[in-house]
Amino acid sequence: MFFTYISRELRRRMRQAIFIAIGLGLGIGLVITVTAASAGVKNAQASVLHSLYGVGTDITVTETAAAGSTGNGFGFGFRQSIGSTSRPKAGSKIDNNTLSSGGTLAALASSDVTSIAKMDNVAAAAGGLTLSDRTISGTVPALNFNSGGGGGGFQGGGGGGSNSGGGNPSSFGANFNINSFTVNGVDIANGELGPLSTGKISSGRTFTTADNASDVALVDASYATQNKLKVGSTIAVGNSKNTATNFKVVGIVSEPAGNNPADVYIPLGVAQTLANMKNDVNTIYVTASNSGDISSVASSISKAVPGSTVTDQNTLASEVTGSISSAASLANNLGKWLAIAVLIASFLLASLLTMAAVTRRVREFGTLKALGWKSRRIVFQVMGEAVAIGIAGGVIGVGLGFAGAALVNKFSSPLTASLASNTTGSATPGGARNFGGGGFPGGAAPTGGAGGGNNPFRGAFSNAARTAGSVTEHLHAPVTIAIIIVAVGLAILGGLIAGAFGGWRAARLRPADALSKVA
Amino acid sequence: MYKLTNVTKDYPKGRETVHALRGVNVEIPDGEWLAIQGPTGHGKSTLLQILGGLDRPTSGSVDFDGRDLARTREAQMTKVRADSIGFIFQTFNLIPTLSALENVETALVPLGVSGASRRARAAEALNSLGLGDRLRHLPTELSGGQQQRVAIARALVKEPKVLLADEPTGNLDEDTRDEIIGLLEKLWQDNGLTMVIVTHDSSIARRAQRLGTMRNGKLTVKQTV
Repeated sequence: MFFTYISRELRRRMRQAIFIAIGLGLGIGLVITVTAASAGVKNAQASVLHSLYGVGTDITVTETAAAGSTGNGFGFGFRQSIGSTSRPKAGSKIDNNTLSSGGTLAALASSDVTSIAKMDNVAAAAGGLTLSDRTISGTVPALNFNSGGGGGGFQGGGGGGSNSGGGNPSSFGANFNINSFTVNGVDIANGELGPLSTGKISSGRTFTTADNASDVALVDASYATQNKLKVGSTIAVGNSKNTATNFKVVGIVSEPAGNNPADVYIPLGVAQTLANMKNDVNTIYVTASNSGDISSVASSISKAVPGSTVTDQNTLASEVTGSISSAASLANNLGKWLAIAVLIASFLLASLLTMAAVTRRVREFGTLKALGWKSRRIVFQVMGEAVAIGIAGGVIGVGLGFAGAALVNKFSSPLTASLASNTTGSATPGGARNFGGGGFPGGAAPTGGAGGGNNPFRGAFSNAARTAGSVTEHLHAPVTIAIIIVAVGLAILGGLIAGAFGGWRAARLRPADALSKVA
Repeated sequence: MYKLTNVTKDYPKGRETVHALRGVNVEIPDGEWLAIQGPTGHGKSTLLQILGGLDRPTSGSVDFDGRDLARTREAQMTKVRADSIGFIFQTFNLIPTLSALENVETALVPLGVSGASRRARAAEALNSLGLGDRLRHLPTELSGGQQQRVAIARALVKEPKVLLADEPTGNLDEDTRDEIIGLLEKLWQDNGLTMVIVTHDSSIARRAQRLGTMRNGKLTVKQTV
């Protein structure tokens, strides 16, 4: 009788039932669409962060170098002459190949890696060295440092490629060729962490433990193409004494877009020796035991390594800008509240219409009470009808949700994400690796060279901005089983709320009053 | 049997209080047919609702088989209605979405009768009233007389002790009226029902054993025979 009565009643007021179901369906569909779009944006964000951050790495630890510091600096053989009364002798040849950490990241003790690895809730920790190799070659010209109120210095910059000083042919820089590329020292024993964790070997092989002390290198695919390097080629890497060591290229590695990969990877121990940074690293990669521990681990590291910058994905996410960030904001704010508002409106509509339907059936319910039906049974009957409409609304809503998600997938523009530049920032791996953009700002800058004067090399690396990493992601709004279950649950909840109001109205009817209204 | 003692019923109407019943005293023995007449608005339907446990008196007692319906809890009152009292209304009050058979079944739902037994008893009741070929028809597909017969079947299918009818022929033509009253009289005789009928129709009232007249909330009862 229960189901027969429900089906007959819904058939009788089919138009109203369809109207309520569509109202609920619109609300549910919007919730599904917004949730799917939000999940899509989150996935895109995760993908971006994944690219910028590295697989398996939850936290990175760095320390910003003191202002004005050049780290262990670049010596070009005549640095000591700058600022002194003696100058490089005109006509003397310069050919320096230097490996240095530059001035952005300060050194961290390797023992910090061990200490962090032993912390509670830390699954693994690995050290890394982010270095820059510079080759400067040329002949020292005759100089006049006082002309032009600045002058001097090297114009242009590295940018990771080969640059020769351009601009005024009479400038100092015009006489030198400059090559620069980035070098990462990789902790081979903890290869799952660190800069290589997101890369894929496109040819050759990756490092093995046997490579720990070998002069072997992996080269980034883009850099390899640009410089015509392949497996078996050799690449010269400098050291702290301005001489070069030839490394054999054993593999070509492709990093995800936006990762700002280093150009060359060499074993950490070898990098430490070359850069004269034995027992030092400048980036520590950490994996927490589980995602819930990341915050507490980050906090512990901050205390254990005073002065360090501890970065996790949340920190990085806050630095991501671009249309992904806008879409996330749109989905999380406007979309969420719009969905809630429509859902509440549809619940209210369903409740009001159900109550109106109960009011129209006063005589019917009065008769049933006169026949001995308990109020509870009548309330269940009303709620059953409302829930049936809710389920229909849920089905409609799921359909609309799929359609909405499909529309989002079809018509949404590709999302871009950028990691904001930050001159003193957190030195996350994605940014900290990138030293290429700085060049030699002290050169023939339009203003006359802020870094010029009698120190043409000042700030060459200490001021290196962390250049933005930019990634384009296509939004895919997934409609998951979980979303569908939640949506159907919401629809049933809507039905229950509407039924509760209607049932409450029906339960309050006194049979005599109900019958007297028509008698 | 019923025994009403000093039953009053007041209810508010705007700022005023309507005194629908003003000290009704009456006894209705088991198996009696009592007809109640009187002008509109003088308390006939109110009295019927109090007899049926659809409403409670403002004061006084309504003794029904040793139970005071004026003080019985709602759950017990519902059970009394389900078990012992059948109602027939002027407007039939059939559920419009349910068939004739299902309408009759609704009277057996509160008694917890199983589905198959419910359908069998409902079909039997309709058959006995000459509606065997109308079981699947909706109320709108039946004539007024047929609808009232369905309502009678619904009232009697649970074999109640009391049948209360409020203007059962008020919406019927003369021929159908005679048919329905003849039917009710036969059922009363065959089943030993206690039957209280509120009616404006004197020809019906004269067929009852006793005739009550309601005026200004007061009831006077006399023998018709």
